[in-house]
Amino acid sequence: MSSPSRLQVARVVFAKDVRIERRSKGLTSKIMPFAVVTIVLFAFALDGDVILQRTAPGLVWLAMLFSSMIIVQRSFALETADGALDALRVAGADMSAVFWGKCFALVIQLLVLELVLLAGAIVMYGIELRGSGVVLLVTSSISATCGLSAVSTIYAGLASGVRGRESLLPLLVLPVASPVLIGATRAAEAAFGTGGTVVSEGWPWLGVLSVFAVVFGFGGSLAFGPLIDD
Amino acid sequence: MTIDTPASTTASSVRGTSTPATRVLGVLSIAMTLWLGVFGLLLSPADRDQGDAVRIMYVHVPSVWLAYLAFIVTAFASAVHLFGRRHSLQADRVAGASAEIGVVFMAVTLVTGMLWGRITWGVYWQWDARLTTTALLFISYVGYLAVRGLEGSREQRARRSAIVGLLAVLEVPLVHWSVKLWRSLHQEATVLGTDLDVSLDGLMLFSLFVGVVAFTLLFLWLLLHRSRMLTMIDLSAESGLDTALAQRRAEGGASV
Repeated sequence: MSSPSRLQVARVVFAKDVRIERRSKGLTSKIMPFAVVTIVLFAFALDGDVILQRTAPGLVWLAMLFSSMIIVQRSFALETADGALDALRVAGADMSAVFWGKCFALVIQLLVLELVLLAGAIVMYGIELRGSGVVLLVTSSISATCGLSAVSTIYAGLASGVRGRESLLPLLVLPVASPVLIGATRAAEAAFGTGGTVVSEGWPWLGVLSVFAVVFGFGGSLAFGPLIDD
Repeated sequence: MTIDTPASTTASSVRGTSTPATRVLGVLSIAMTLWLGVFGLLLSPADRDQGDAVRIMYVHVPSVWLAYLAFIVTAFASAVHLFGRRHSLQADRVAGASAEIGVVFMAVTLVTGMLWGRITWGVYWQWDARLTTTALLFISYVGYLAVRGLEGSREQRARRSAIVGLLAVLEVPLVHWSVKLWRSLHQEATVLGTDLDVSLDGLMLFSLFVGVVAFTLLFLWLLLHRSRMLTMIDLSAESGLDTALAQRRAEGGASV
């Protein structure tokens, strides 16, 4: 039997992760409620419609960042619990393909979460999306999510199977992910027009987010093998 | 993978981390630091605008230089470990020692910068690009040290931390770029500008130069000691089990 190509491995890992998530319903039963509670708590902490409308994009992305930590921990807890990553390695699977599979499964989950959070912000914070900002919002959210997933997958792979990884992962990921937070928030502000911003102010941020996603995507696919290969 | 231990070195045979060369280096760096103290506190003039607060610069600038130097050494040593044919563990120890020193001096940079900022700008912190990038860099290397502290074999530790050390090199320009763009698009009104037009007096410039030389020597001195220390820690962990077994055997033999 010929060994599977990288694309096949990536597709199988991706399908497996998405299937596990769909059946275990972790995203809908645990993470979405957590994210929604965060959105509500922000409203308690920042009492006042004006402040909330001004800060809504930033709050959405903060809630995303915190929730993504939980999602990515879950995604790797599955792999290490039964030594699944070791099994993949023994089976001769290409580790960069495993990286891409897991990364894209994470992208899908985060995008679903983002939709929920944005809808929550529109309903609860009273922000309005302009027609001209839709393209910017969608493209910047997708590239921000790709970058965030790539970074999280690299560091979660590193911390997988290590004691104390719950506290280590945020320490490693959050500083690195700060360009994503800045870029995605500013782009979303431009798309929503918060603080009198215009849509054209958001486009440079799409550039930052795309470069980030490409750099850490390729960095991750190179580094993931050696990181896991112990 | 080879485990390179210095020839004819065992944990018990090594008494300390100093050699004649490090002693000379140590004396030199202490002498230079004292000289810096004399120049910085006594000889160099107070600034026309900043007054005596300018003297903080003689520690601040050399320590940020040292921290950057340390992080560059960490990245370089990480690359040597990862891409070198021998996957030298010595390079990994140098990377670790250098990062530790870098984190300490980055903290010194941040604290002295904040004190200077409070006196000169009236606030401890400004969300400008350079300060924000520096703070994130500091946290990233604290994370790097946390990775070094993870469980696992020495080879695992070396490879993990080398990759994190090199990823940090990717991260720094991206963080700096994004923070800079953030600040340039959303510049808030500041009462005191963060850009001071400073044209340095000759003696001030010389004092800074003394500081940079003193801190570079200090870095080399600390790096040599700390990386030797890490080698000894590894050696003692290696020989620890053998020693314990020998002791238990001796106890058993004595009691029979």
